[in-house]
Amino acid sequence: MSTLGDLFLTYQSVISFVGIDALLALSVYATLCCGQLSLANAGFMAIGAYAAALLTLHTKLPFAAVLLASALAPAVFAVPLGLPVLRLRGIFLAIATIGFGEVVRLALVNWDYTNGALGLVAIPQRAQLWTIYLVLVIALFLFSRLRGSKIGYALESIREDETAARTMGINTTLAKLSMFVFGAALAGVAGGLEAHFTFMVAPSGYGFSRVVDMLVYAVVGGVATYLGPPVGAAFMTLLPEVLRGLGESVGLAPGPLRLFVSGAILLAVVLFLPNGIISLPLLFAAVRMRRERG
Amino acid sequence: MGQQAINGIFLGRIYALFAVGYTLVFGVLDIINLAHQAIFMLGAFCALVLVGELHLSIAVAFPIAVLFSGALGILLDRIAFRPLRGRAYSNMSGLISSIAVATLFEAIALQFFGPDTSRFPFGTFPERPLRLGGAVVSTLQLCIVAISVVLMVVLTYLLRRTRLGRQIRAVAESPRAARILGIDVDRVIAASFFISSALGGAAGVLFALAFNSLSPDIGRSVELKGLAVIILGGMGSVPGAVIAGFAIGLIEVFTVAKLGSSYRDAVSFAVLFLVLLIRPRGLLGRVALREA
Amino acid sequence: MLLALDGVERAFGGVRAVDCTSFAVREGEIHGLIGPNGAGKTTLLNLISGLLRPSSGSIKLADRRIDSLAPHQIAALGVSRTYQNIRLFPALRALENVLVGEHLVRRAPLWKRLFFLPGARAEEQAARTRALTLLERVGMRERAGARAQYLSYGEQRRVEIARALASNPRLLLLDEPTAGMNAAEVTSVAALIRQVAKEGHSVLLVEHNVRLVMDVCEQITVLNFGKVIADGAPQAIAQDPAVIAAYLGNED
Repeated sequence: MSTLGDLFLTYQSVISFVGIDALLALSVYATLCCGQLSLANAGFMAIGAYAAALLTLHTKLPFAAVLLASALAPAVFAVPLGLPVLRLRGIFLAIATIGFGEVVRLALVNWDYTNGALGLVAIPQRAQLWTIYLVLVIALFLFSRLRGSKIGYALESIREDETAARTMGINTTLAKLSMFVFGAALAGVAGGLEAHFTFMVAPSGYGFSRVVDMLVYAVVGGVATYLGPPVGAAFMTLLPEVLRGLGESVGLAPGPLRLFVSGAILLAVVLFLPNGIISLPLLFAAVRMRRERG
Repeated sequence: MGQQAINGIFLGRIYALFAVGYTLVFGVLDIINLAHQAIFMLGAFCALVLVGELHLSIAVAFPIAVLFSGALGILLDRIAFRPLRGRAYSNMSGLISSIAVATLFEAIALQFFGPDTSRFPFGTFPERPLRLGGAVVSTLQLCIVAISVVLMVVLTYLLRRTRLGRQIRAVAESPRAARILGIDVDRVIAASFFISSALGGAAGVLFALAFNSLSPDIGRSVELKGLAVIILGGMGSVPGAVIAGFAIGLIEVFTVAKLGSSYRDAVSFAVLFLVLLIRPRGLLGRVALREA
Repeated sequence: MLLALDGVERAFGGVRAVDCTSFAVREGEIHGLIGPNGAGKTTLLNLISGLLRPSSGSIKLADRRIDSLAPHQIAALGVSRTYQNIRLFPALRALENVLVGEHLVRRAPLWKRLFFLPGARAEEQAARTRALTLLERVGMRERAGARAQYLSYGEQRRVEIARALASNPRLLLLDEPTAGMNAAEVTSVAALIRQVAKEGHSVLLVEHNVRLVMDVCEQITVLNFGKVIADGAPQAIAQDPAVIAAYLGNED
């Protein structure tokens, strides 16, 4: 009986991580959907996580307030960062945001108040499976209402052709900044949730590879709609669990195998399924239609 | 003071060598190749294997590792970039594609070499400190500087004086126009990847020798530093990358001397931000956006 | 005067794309802007719509200077345009393209949608209906659901015109709207332009099709090498020696 309980606990843990990763994937999608490749979200996640951790460890605030703070803290940073940086063209924006992420990480490594590289530990587990998924559902709801709205179309038009969008009266700077801040808030709240689920925060968890993971979730899932990134997150987070068993039976170390398969899937998606996993059903439907036409 | 300058120059050389590869590919494809750092790392491991397992001398292992890295570059182009040519959003796909291959390379390195630090066998490079002015310089450092200078000179000659170099510059200017002129754009791009990755691998071997430590993640720290270098130097500009490599190497060393080592990495990013905010095209980068 | 350019100049490097250009467009007027290739016509449109800043001179819309405003601000003042190279939103459907064009005239705050208020639904319906009507005007209603990237060249041009009309502009800038069209299509565009002007929109028409311009425009400005070489009614322009020289001279 206890093994069953253990099994459930294990899966519960993975499913919780899927929820957090889905939020992170959505945070990257927030800027991708208007055509901006921003890689700052590991930095925003760190800010949210640390803010939440500090509040929990030093104050008696209820968890809801702590989570709200974990969304607002990075949003506050996102505004002064976004204004100059969103003016930069594509690749420069990506690099500037990578730089921001690194600056945040380095600042945390050197901050004695939070034990530098060791980070903070013994954070009580205030985030449950349901808290994580409640936040995820709210985020998905917001995105679903955005799609098909006047602002939603404006964002799509910016992605397609920013110049033309501007001459249609769309204040593209404001729109991009808003999504940048929204993404920051999502990443922050995901950080806050994770901190209260894994009991600790440390700078090493918010490096460049973290934001690359987020980007991978979004791309593998598909960035045409808001449903893609969570699907990608689920796929990429569950896959290593599935593979762990396989790998051990073949005698390969789990670390390299998981990494190899991640890379292979990512490459396969980019080359053969550029619209992500979520476009698979469409692909099957198209193939079936073609076959029916004979 | 002079000692710091020497250390800065020497570090800068390695950054410059790494960055030149980055910028070459960017100039030709308008893509940041995030697998460059993985080839940097694999080049170093190749040299390690040749010296450690096959007991070749470093003088023989080095060119082989460089060629091996170049070959990896061609492979990278074939599987990650070439299939995407002509697609919409190819810049972002290319970026992610390169991340994928970088992950694959790192996984392979992890499988064969493990996550821990490896070292070159003792005696790989004869250490003999020399006095130069008031500073101490090791023969290794001199060698690194000499090799990188030679490689830069060769690269400059290649780009300015050979037909291939002219073709590379033509493609960097406008692939469409180059195609109309009859240039085999795919072949030129493959050649650019070969050169870029060879230089990256060379930088990797030199880096590993200089610090005598190698692990599958050495590419990561240099990768981000390399971005700062090419931004400062100007994307697509080879001389810019060289100058900026030096500048960042020197800035880093002086920062550590004055402010302590915890600021070392931060200062590269400070430079990165300043450049992007004030003068995004860097020192010698092109102003105009590339034509298709 | 709805639109007034005064001494407008714009250089790129050493090249003066627009050199001390002055002309004006009246309310409700169809004004043509013609000239050989490279005369600076598209540059002028880019200057008027705010994508470029003039190096000197002023551009006024109803006596208000607009040359230092951002493109979206100029659009909000009632300027709308099409592009020489067609800039539809490729992945968006024709209908959605026109919906984006309606951006300035729609009042659709997001919070209403968040709470599923009935007003939001009604507004969206109204916007869609307006968009379909516009597509009907350009004969593209049946293709409303097609993605812009799959439309033919002529179809894309027509959708772009519909999109430009969607914001109910005071001034409509058309950049070679009939390029690549056959004679029948050109005729229908000409009719559309006349209709649009009758409804109170002013039109600044950049075109290579000189016959169309002569036919439809009340005033024509002729550019060559960035300078205005003639400005007047079609008959006067047709006989202007400088104009004839410019066109014949460039036929080498």
